[in-house]
Amino acid sequence: MDKTKKKTAGFWKTHWLVILTGLLIGAAAVALTALGNPKNMGFCIACFERDIAGALHFHEAGAVQYFRPEIVGIVLGAMLISMLTKEWRPQGGSSPITRFIVGMLVMIGALVFLGCPLRMVIRIGGGDLNALVGLLGFIVGILIGVIPLKLGFSLGRAYRQNKAEGLVFPILLAVLFVLSLVTELFAATEPGDPTKPGGLRAAWWIALLIALVVGALCQRSRLCMAGGIRDVVLFRDFHLILGFAAIIVAVLLGNWILGGFKVAVEDGALILGNAKFSFAGQPVAHTDAWFNFLGMVMVGWGSVLLGGCPLRQLVLAGEGNSDSALTVLGFLAGAAVSHNFGLASSGKGIGSGPVLWMLLAGFGILLLVSVFHTKRRV
Amino acid sequence: MLDVRGLNCPMPVLAVQREVKAKTPKGLVVLADNMTAVGNIQRFAASAGYTVRVRETDDGDYELSLAK
Repeated sequence: MDKTKKKTAGFWKTHWLVILTGLLIGAAAVALTALGNPKNMGFCIACFERDIAGALHFHEAGAVQYFRPEIVGIVLGAMLISMLTKEWRPQGGSSPITRFIVGMLVMIGALVFLGCPLRMVIRIGGGDLNALVGLLGFIVGILIGVIPLKLGFSLGRAYRQNKAEGLVFPILLAVLFVLSLVTELFAATEPGDPTKPGGLRAAWWIALLIALVVGALCQRSRLCMAGGIRDVVLFRDFHLILGFAAIIVAVLLGNWILGGFKVAVEDGALILGNAKFSFAGQPVAHTDAWFNFLGMVMVGWGSVLLGGCPLRQLVLAGEGNSDSALTVLGFLAGAAVSHNFGLASSGKGIGSGPVLWMLLAGFGILLLVSVFHTKRRV
Repeated sequence: MLDVRGLNCPMPVLAVQREVKAKTPKGLVVLADNMTAVGNIQRFAASAGYTVRVRETDDGDYELSLAK
Protein backbone atom coordinates (compact mmCIF):
# COMPACT_ATOMS: atom_id res chain seq x y z
CA MET A 1 0.00 0.00 0.00
CA ASP A 2 1.38 3.42 -0.84
CA LYS A 3 1.20 6.31 1.58
CA THR A 4 -1.98 7.98 0.32
CA LYS A 5 -3.84 4.67 0.31
CA LYS A 6 -2.71 4.02 3.88
CA LYS A 7 -3.88 7.48 4.87
CA THR A 8 -7.26 6.92 3.24
CA ALA A 9 -7.66 3.57 4.99
CA GLY A 10 -6.80 5.22 8.33
CA PHE A 11 -9.30 7.98 7.63
CA TRP A 12 -12.17 5.54 7.15
CA LYS A 13 -11.13 3.41 10.10
CA THR A 14 -11.24 6.42 12.43
CA HIS A 15 -14.23 8.24 11.02
CA TRP A 16 -16.59 5.70 9.39
CA LEU A 17 -19.00 5.49 12.31
CA VAL A 18 -19.54 9.21 12.75
CA ILE A 19 -19.98 9.65 8.98
CA LEU A 20 -22.42 6.74 8.81
CA THR A 21 -24.36 8.17 11.76
CA GLY A 22 -24.57 11.57 10.07
CA LEU A 23 -25.76 10.04 6.80
CA LEU A 24 -28.38 7.93 8.55
CA ILE A 25 -29.68 10.86 10.63
CA GLY A 26 -29.99 12.93 7.47
CA ALA A 27 -31.81 10.07 5.73
CA ALA A 28 -34.02 9.55 8.78
CA ALA A 29 -34.93 13.25 8.82
CA VAL A 30 -35.94 13.22 5.15
CA ALA A 31 -37.84 9.95 5.60
CA LEU A 32 -39.73 11.20 8.67
CA THR A 33 -40.72 14.33 6.78
CA ALA A 34 -42.00 12.20 3.89
CA LEU A 35 -43.95 10.15 6.45
CA GLY A 36 -45.66 13.18 7.95
CA ASN A 37 -43.29 15.24 10.12
CA PRO A 38 -43.10 19.00 9.42
CA LYS A 39 -40.98 20.13 6.47
CA ASN A 40 -37.27 20.61 7.17
CA MET A 41 -38.10 19.28 10.64
CA GLY A 42 -37.77 15.52 10.28
CA PHE A 43 -35.65 15.61 13.38
CA CYS A 44 -35.42 18.65 15.63
CA ILE A 45 -34.54 18.27 19.27
CA ALA A 46 -35.59 21.79 20.29
CA CYS A 47 -38.86 21.77 18.33
CA PHE A 48 -39.84 18.31 19.53
CA GLU A 49 -39.07 19.09 23.17
CA ARG A 50 -41.12 22.23 22.74
CA ASP A 51 -43.98 20.06 21.45
CA ILE A 52 -43.61 17.80 24.50
CA ALA A 53 -43.66 20.83 26.81
CA GLY A 54 -46.91 21.77 25.08
CA ALA A 55 -48.34 18.28 25.43
CA LEU A 56 -47.63 18.47 29.18
CA HIS A 57 -49.43 21.86 29.36
CA PHE A 58 -46.24 23.69 30.33
CA HIS A 59 -47.38 26.09 27.60
CA GLU A 60 -50.67 26.38 25.74
CA ALA A 61 -49.55 27.24 22.20
CA GLY A 62 -52.15 25.10 20.46
CA ALA A 63 -50.17 24.70 17.22
CA VAL A 64 -47.20 22.97 18.87
CA GLN A 65 -48.40 20.34 21.31
CA TYR A 66 -47.59 16.66 20.85
CA PHE A 67 -45.67 14.09 22.86
CA ARG A 68 -42.98 13.42 20.24
CA PRO A 69 -41.80 9.79 20.14
CA GLU A 70 -38.46 10.88 18.61
CA ILE A 71 -37.23 12.34 21.91
CA VAL A 72 -38.23 9.20 23.82
CA GLY A 73 -36.57 6.97 21.22
CA ILE A 74 -33.25 8.80 21.29
CA VAL A 75 -32.99 8.63 25.08
CA LEU A 76 -34.03 4.96 25.28
CA GLY A 77 -31.88 3.97 22.27
CA ALA A 78 -28.83 5.56 23.89
CA MET A 79 -29.70 3.94 27.21
CA LEU A 80 -30.12 0.41 25.83
CA ILE A 81 -26.95 0.44 23.72
CA SER A 82 -24.88 1.92 26.56
CA MET A 83 -26.13 -0.81 28.86
CA LEU A 84 -25.17 -3.44 26.29
CA THR A 85 -21.68 -2.00 25.87
CA LYS A 86 -21.31 -1.43 29.64
CA GLU A 87 -20.92 2.31 29.15
CA TRP A 88 -24.09 3.10 31.06
CA ARG A 89 -23.01 4.98 34.14
CA PRO A 90 -25.15 6.90 36.62
CA GLN A 91 -23.38 10.13 37.47
CA GLY A 92 -24.18 13.73 38.24
CA GLY A 93 -23.53 16.68 40.49
CA SER A 94 -21.65 19.02 38.16
CA SER A 95 -23.29 22.43 38.78
CA PRO A 96 -26.83 21.11 38.23
CA ILE A 97 -28.78 24.35 38.69
CA THR A 98 -26.41 26.26 36.39
CA ARG A 99 -26.92 23.59 33.73
CA PHE A 100 -30.68 23.86 34.12
CA ILE A 101 -30.59 27.61 33.55
CA VAL A 102 -28.14 27.44 30.65
CA GLY A 103 -30.40 24.74 29.18
CA MET A 104 -33.34 27.14 29.40
CA LEU A 105 -31.36 29.81 27.58
CA VAL A 106 -30.24 27.42 24.84
CA MET A 107 -33.89 26.51 24.22
CA ILE A 108 -35.01 30.14 24.22
CA GLY A 109 -32.31 30.95 21.64
CA ALA A 110 -33.23 27.91 19.54
CA LEU A 111 -36.88 28.95 19.44
CA VAL A 112 -35.95 32.46 18.31
CA PHE A 113 -34.12 30.85 15.36
CA LEU A 114 -36.67 28.01 15.11
CA GLY A 115 -34.49 24.97 15.50
CA CYS A 116 -31.69 23.31 17.37
CA PRO A 117 -28.30 22.84 15.66
CA LEU A 118 -29.58 19.56 14.21
CA ARG A 119 -32.56 21.22 12.56
CA MET A 120 -30.24 24.01 11.44
CA VAL A 121 -28.23 21.60 9.29
CA ILE A 122 -31.44 19.89 8.12
CA ARG A 123 -32.75 23.29 7.06
CA ILE A 124 -29.50 23.99 5.22
CA GLY A 125 -29.93 20.68 3.38
CA GLY A 126 -33.48 21.75 2.54
CA GLY A 127 -32.26 24.96 0.88
CA ASP A 128 -33.28 27.32 3.69
CA LEU A 129 -30.72 30.13 3.43
CA ASN A 130 -31.87 31.64 6.76
CA ALA A 131 -30.25 28.60 8.35
CA LEU A 132 -26.89 29.69 6.92
CA VAL A 133 -27.30 32.94 8.86
CA GLY A 134 -28.11 30.77 11.88
CA LEU A 135 -24.96 28.72 11.24
CA LEU A 136 -22.91 31.90 11.25
CA GLY A 137 -24.42 32.79 14.64
CA PHE A 138 -23.82 29.27 15.91
CA ILE A 139 -20.14 29.46 14.93
CA VAL A 140 -19.77 32.88 16.58
CA GLY A 141 -21.42 31.52 19.75
CA ILE A 142 -19.01 28.60 19.82
CA LEU A 143 -16.02 30.89 19.29
CA ILE A 144 -17.18 32.96 22.27
CA GLY A 145 -17.70 29.83 24.38
CA VAL A 146 -14.28 28.48 23.52
CA ILE A 147 -12.59 31.50 25.17
CA PRO A 148 -13.58 30.57 28.75
CA LEU A 149 -12.80 26.94 27.90
CA LYS A 150 -9.24 27.90 27.02
CA LEU A 151 -8.95 29.94 30.21
CA GLY A 152 -9.92 27.00 32.41
CA PHE A 153 -13.73 27.06 32.46
CA SER A 154 -15.39 23.99 33.94
CA LEU A 155 -18.75 23.31 35.55
CA GLY A 156 -16.92 20.96 37.90
CA ARG A 157 -16.74 17.22 38.38
CA ALA A 158 -19.68 14.85 38.29
CA TYR A 159 -19.67 11.90 40.66
CA ARG A 160 -20.96 8.36 40.65
CA GLN A 161 -24.60 8.18 41.67
CA ASN A 162 -27.05 5.54 42.69
CA LYS A 163 -28.45 3.51 39.75
CA ALA A 164 -31.91 4.94 40.38
CA GLU A 165 -30.59 8.46 39.80
CA GLY A 166 -29.45 7.45 36.32
CA LEU A 167 -32.66 5.60 35.51
CA VAL A 168 -35.27 8.01 36.79
CA PHE A 169 -35.33 10.28 33.75
CA PRO A 170 -35.50 7.64 30.98
CA ILE A 171 -38.17 5.76 32.93
CA LEU A 172 -40.22 8.90 33.59
CA LEU A 173 -40.04 9.77 29.90
CA ALA A 174 -41.12 6.26 28.87
CA VAL A 175 -44.05 6.25 31.32
CA LEU A 176 -45.27 9.67 30.18
CA PHE A 177 -44.97 8.53 26.57
CA VAL A 178 -47.11 5.45 27.21
CA LEU A 179 -49.66 7.68 28.97
CA SER A 180 -49.69 9.93 25.92
CA LEU A 181 -50.59 6.92 23.78
CA VAL A 182 -53.26 5.31 25.96
CA THR A 183 -54.93 8.30 27.66
CA GLU A 184 -56.24 11.73 26.72
CA LEU A 185 -54.30 13.37 29.56
CA PHE A 186 -51.97 15.37 27.37
CA ALA A 187 -52.64 18.02 24.77
CA ALA A 188 -52.15 17.19 21.09
CA THR A 189 -52.53 19.50 18.11
CA GLU A 190 -55.19 18.33 15.65
CA PRO A 191 -53.42 16.75 12.66
CA GLY A 192 -53.78 18.03 9.14
CA ASP A 193 -53.29 21.80 9.24
CA PRO A 194 -49.95 22.56 7.53
CA THR A 195 -49.57 25.79 9.54
CA LYS A 196 -49.62 23.84 12.82
CA PRO A 197 -46.37 21.84 13.14
CA GLY A 198 -47.60 19.92 16.19
CA GLY A 199 -50.24 18.23 14.05
CA LEU A 200 -47.75 17.12 11.40
CA ARG A 201 -46.34 13.79 12.43
CA ALA A 202 -45.24 10.39 11.25
CA ALA A 203 -46.91 7.34 12.79
CA TRP A 204 -45.71 7.09 16.41
CA TRP A 205 -44.22 3.62 16.13
CA ILE A 206 -42.19 4.46 13.02
CA ALA A 207 -40.89 7.64 14.64
CA LEU A 208 -40.03 5.70 17.80
CA LEU A 209 -38.25 2.91 15.92
CA ILE A 210 -36.18 5.29 13.81
CA ALA A 211 -35.29 7.35 16.88
CA LEU A 212 -34.20 4.24 18.81
CA VAL A 213 -31.70 3.46 16.04
CA VAL A 214 -30.58 7.09 15.81
CA GLY A 215 -30.14 7.28 19.59
CA ALA A 216 -28.05 4.12 19.61
CA LEU A 217 -25.87 5.33 16.72
CA CYS A 218 -25.38 8.74 18.33
CA GLN A 219 -24.33 7.06 21.55
CA ARG A 220 -21.76 4.92 19.73
CA SER A 221 -20.41 7.72 17.53
CA ARG A 222 -20.62 10.58 20.12
CA LEU A 223 -22.03 12.79 17.35
CA CYS A 224 -22.41 16.38 18.55
CA MET A 225 -23.21 19.47 16.53
CA ALA A 226 -21.51 21.89 18.92
CA GLY A 227 -18.58 19.54 19.46
CA GLY A 228 -17.94 19.43 15.70
CA ILE A 229 -17.09 23.09 15.36
CA ARG A 230 -15.58 23.35 18.86
CA ASP A 231 -13.07 20.57 18.22
CA VAL A 232 -11.94 22.14 14.95
CA VAL A 233 -11.26 25.39 16.82
CA LEU A 234 -9.65 23.82 19.89
CA PHE A 235 -7.74 20.84 18.52
CA ARG A 236 -7.85 21.09 14.70
CA ASP A 237 -9.78 17.83 15.08
CA PHE A 238 -12.23 17.30 12.19
CA HIS A 239 -13.71 14.04 13.49
CA LEU A 240 -17.11 15.24 14.75
CA ILE A 241 -17.61 17.87 12.07
CA LEU A 242 -17.56 15.07 9.48
CA GLY A 243 -20.82 13.84 11.02
CA PHE A 244 -22.20 17.36 10.81
CA ALA A 245 -21.28 17.57 7.11
CA ALA A 246 -22.64 14.08 6.44
CA ILE A 247 -26.09 15.13 7.69
CA ILE A 248 -26.18 18.03 5.21
CA VAL A 249 -25.08 15.77 2.35
CA ALA A 250 -27.70 13.14 3.18
CA VAL A 251 -30.51 15.68 3.53
CA LEU A 252 -29.55 17.39 0.25
CA LEU A 253 -29.43 14.06 -1.56
CA GLY A 254 -32.63 12.84 0.09
CA ASN A 255 -34.52 15.98 -0.89
CA TRP A 256 -33.17 15.73 -4.41
CA ILE A 257 -34.16 12.06 -4.77
CA LEU A 258 -37.65 12.47 -3.27
CA GLY A 259 -38.20 15.51 -5.48
CA GLY A 260 -37.65 13.37 -8.57
CA PHE A 261 -34.07 14.57 -9.30
CA LYS A 262 -35.45 17.92 -10.41
CA VAL A 263 -32.88 20.60 -11.23
CA ALA A 264 -34.28 24.02 -12.14
CA VAL A 265 -34.18 27.74 -11.51
CA GLU A 266 -37.53 29.31 -10.56
CA ASP A 267 -37.94 32.99 -9.59
CA GLY A 268 -34.18 33.28 -9.38
CA ALA A 269 -33.94 30.44 -6.85
CA LEU A 270 -32.08 27.19 -7.47
CA ILE A 271 -34.23 24.12 -7.05
CA LEU A 272 -32.86 20.65 -6.36
CA GLY A 273 -35.75 18.23 -6.00
CA ASN A 274 -37.70 19.27 -2.88
CA ALA A 275 -35.06 21.78 -1.81
CA LYS A 276 -35.56 25.38 -2.88
CA PHE A 277 -32.62 27.65 -2.12
CA SER A 278 -34.11 30.90 -0.87
CA PHE A 279 -34.72 33.05 2.17
CA ALA A 280 -38.45 33.66 1.78
CA GLY A 281 -41.17 31.04 1.87
CA GLN A 282 -39.25 28.41 3.85
CA PRO A 283 -41.24 26.02 6.05
CA VAL A 284 -41.45 26.92 9.77
CA ALA A 285 -38.81 29.64 9.40
CA HIS A 286 -38.65 33.44 9.40
CA THR A 287 -36.37 35.81 7.51
CA ASP A 288 -35.31 38.16 10.32
CA ALA A 289 -31.57 37.73 9.88
CA TRP A 290 -30.47 39.47 13.09
CA PHE A 291 -32.67 37.32 15.26
CA ASN A 292 -31.73 34.14 13.40
CA PHE A 293 -28.12 35.08 14.06
CA LEU A 294 -28.48 36.12 17.72
CA GLY A 295 -30.67 33.15 18.61
CA MET A 296 -28.01 30.75 17.38
CA VAL A 297 -25.20 32.69 19.10
CA MET A 298 -26.99 31.87 22.35
CA VAL A 299 -27.37 28.22 21.34
CA GLY A 300 -23.69 27.92 20.37
CA TRP A 301 -22.31 29.64 23.44
CA GLY A 302 -24.63 27.79 25.82
CA SER A 303 -23.97 24.42 24.18
CA VAL A 304 -20.21 24.81 24.56
CA LEU A 305 -20.64 25.64 28.26
CA LEU A 306 -22.87 22.58 28.67
CA GLY A 307 -20.38 20.35 26.86
CA GLY A 308 -22.74 19.39 24.05
CA CYS A 309 -25.64 20.32 21.80
CA PRO A 310 -29.28 19.47 22.68
CA LEU A 311 -29.04 16.15 20.81
CA ARG A 312 -25.94 15.17 22.78
CA GLN A 313 -27.65 16.08 26.07
CA LEU A 314 -30.44 13.61 25.27
CA VAL A 315 -27.91 10.87 24.56
CA LEU A 316 -25.98 11.57 27.76
CA ALA A 317 -29.23 11.57 29.74
CA GLY A 318 -29.84 8.09 28.31
CA GLU A 319 -26.35 7.04 29.42
CA GLY A 320 -27.27 7.78 33.03
CA ASN A 321 -25.97 11.33 33.30
CA SER A 322 -28.41 13.14 35.58
CA ASP A 323 -26.81 16.54 34.87
CA SER A 324 -27.80 16.13 31.24
CA ALA A 325 -31.25 14.91 32.28
CA LEU A 326 -31.65 18.11 34.28
CA THR A 327 -30.43 20.10 31.27
CA VAL A 328 -33.19 18.49 29.19
CA LEU A 329 -35.72 19.52 31.84
CA GLY A 330 -34.20 23.01 31.49
CA PHE A 331 -34.94 22.78 27.75
CA LEU A 332 -38.60 22.00 28.56
CA ALA A 333 -38.78 24.91 31.00
CA GLY A 334 -37.15 27.17 28.40
CA ALA A 335 -39.74 26.12 25.82
CA ALA A 336 -42.51 26.97 28.27
CA VAL A 337 -41.02 30.40 29.00
CA SER A 338 -40.58 31.01 25.25
CA HIS A 339 -44.22 30.40 24.44
CA ASN A 340 -45.74 31.83 27.62
CA PHE A 341 -43.90 35.15 27.21
CA GLY A 342 -44.10 35.55 23.44
CA LEU A 343 -40.39 34.90 22.87
CA ALA A 344 -40.75 32.04 20.39
CA SER A 345 -40.71 32.85 16.70
CA SER A 346 -43.12 31.44 14.14
CA GLY A 347 -43.32 31.37 10.35
CA LYS A 348 -44.65 34.93 10.54
CA GLY A 349 -41.60 36.35 12.31
CA ILE A 350 -40.21 36.79 15.79
CA GLY A 351 -42.43 36.67 18.87
CA SER A 352 -44.47 39.58 20.19
CA GLY A 353 -42.74 39.55 23.59
CA PRO A 354 -39.49 41.23 24.70
CA VAL A 355 -37.30 39.02 22.49
CA LEU A 356 -34.32 41.36 22.24
CA TRP A 357 -34.32 42.06 25.98
CA MET A 358 -34.48 38.35 26.72
CA LEU A 359 -31.55 37.65 24.40
CA LEU A 360 -29.50 40.42 25.99
CA ALA A 361 -30.33 39.17 29.49
CA GLY A 362 -29.42 35.65 28.34
CA PHE A 363 -26.05 36.79 27.04
CA GLY A 364 -25.47 38.52 30.38
CA ILE A 365 -26.21 35.30 32.25
CA LEU A 366 -23.95 33.26 29.96
CA LEU A 367 -21.20 35.81 30.54
CA LEU A 368 -21.60 35.51 34.32
CA VAL A 369 -21.56 31.71 34.12
CA SER A 370 -18.48 31.84 31.88
CA VAL A 371 -16.62 34.15 34.26
CA PHE A 372 -17.59 32.59 37.58
CA HIS A 373 -16.79 29.03 36.51
CA THR A 374 -13.39 29.91 35.11
CA LYS A 375 -10.34 29.35 37.25
CA ARG A 376 -7.56 31.23 35.59
CA ARG A 377 -4.69 28.88 34.86
CA VAL A 378 -1.50 30.42 33.57
CA MET B 1 -1.27 11.02 37.08
CA LEU B 2 -3.87 13.28 35.54
CA ASP B 3 -7.37 12.57 36.89
CA VAL B 4 -10.04 13.73 34.45
CA ARG B 5 -12.89 11.63 35.81
CA GLY B 6 -16.27 13.30 36.09
CA LEU B 7 -15.36 16.15 33.75
CA ASN B 8 -17.64 16.76 30.79
CA CYS B 9 -16.57 17.09 27.20
CA PRO B 10 -14.06 18.50 26.18
CA MET B 11 -12.37 19.12 29.55
CA PRO B 12 -10.58 15.72 29.70
CA VAL B 13 -8.78 16.11 26.39
CA LEU B 14 -8.27 19.83 27.08
CA ALA B 15 -6.52 18.98 30.35
CA VAL B 16 -4.25 16.54 28.51
CA GLN B 17 -3.52 19.13 25.83
CA ARG B 18 -2.63 21.68 28.53
CA GLU B 19 -0.29 19.24 30.25
CA VAL B 20 1.40 18.26 26.98
CA LYS B 21 1.84 21.88 25.87
CA ALA B 22 3.21 23.03 29.22
CA LYS B 23 5.64 20.19 29.91
CA THR B 24 5.98 18.14 26.71
CA PRO B 25 6.42 15.04 28.85
CA LYS B 26 7.90 11.79 27.49
CA GLY B 27 5.06 9.93 29.15
CA LEU B 28 1.79 10.68 30.89
CA VAL B 29 -0.81 8.60 32.73
CA VAL B 30 -4.42 9.75 32.55
CA LEU B 31 -7.38 8.39 34.49
CA ALA B 32 -10.72 8.78 32.67
CA ASP B 33 -14.18 7.40 33.34
CA ASN B 34 -15.90 7.32 29.96
CA MET B 35 -15.16 6.09 26.47
CA THR B 36 -15.87 9.47 24.86
CA ALA B 37 -12.99 11.00 26.79
CA VAL B 38 -10.81 7.97 26.01
CA GLY B 39 -11.51 8.33 22.28
CA ASN B 40 -10.87 12.07 22.31
CA ILE B 41 -7.59 11.68 24.22
CA GLN B 42 -6.48 8.87 21.90
CA ARG B 43 -7.06 11.00 18.79
CA PHE B 44 -5.33 14.01 20.33
CA ALA B 45 -2.39 11.96 21.64
CA ALA B 46 -1.88 10.33 18.24
CA SER B 47 -1.84 13.74 16.55
CA ALA B 48 0.73 14.93 19.12
CA GLY B 49 2.98 11.93 18.38
CA TYR B 50 2.23 9.74 21.39
CA THR B 51 1.34 6.08 21.45
CA VAL B 52 -1.49 5.23 23.82
CA ARG B 53 -2.24 2.12 25.83
CA VAL B 54 -5.65 1.81 27.53
CA ARG B 55 -6.31 -0.40 30.53
CA GLU B 56 -9.58 -0.83 32.38
CA THR B 57 -9.17 -0.52 36.14
CA ASP B 58 -10.96 -2.63 38.74
CA ASP B 59 -13.37 0.27 39.43
CA GLY B 60 -14.48 0.41 35.80
CA ASP B 61 -12.37 3.48 34.99
CA TYR B 62 -9.84 3.74 32.17
CA GLU B 63 -6.14 4.28 32.63
CA LEU B 64 -4.44 5.72 29.56
CA SER B 65 -0.66 5.53 29.28
CA LEU B 66 0.77 7.99 26.80
CA ALA B 67 4.35 7.51 25.65
CA LYS B 68 6.59 9.09 23.00
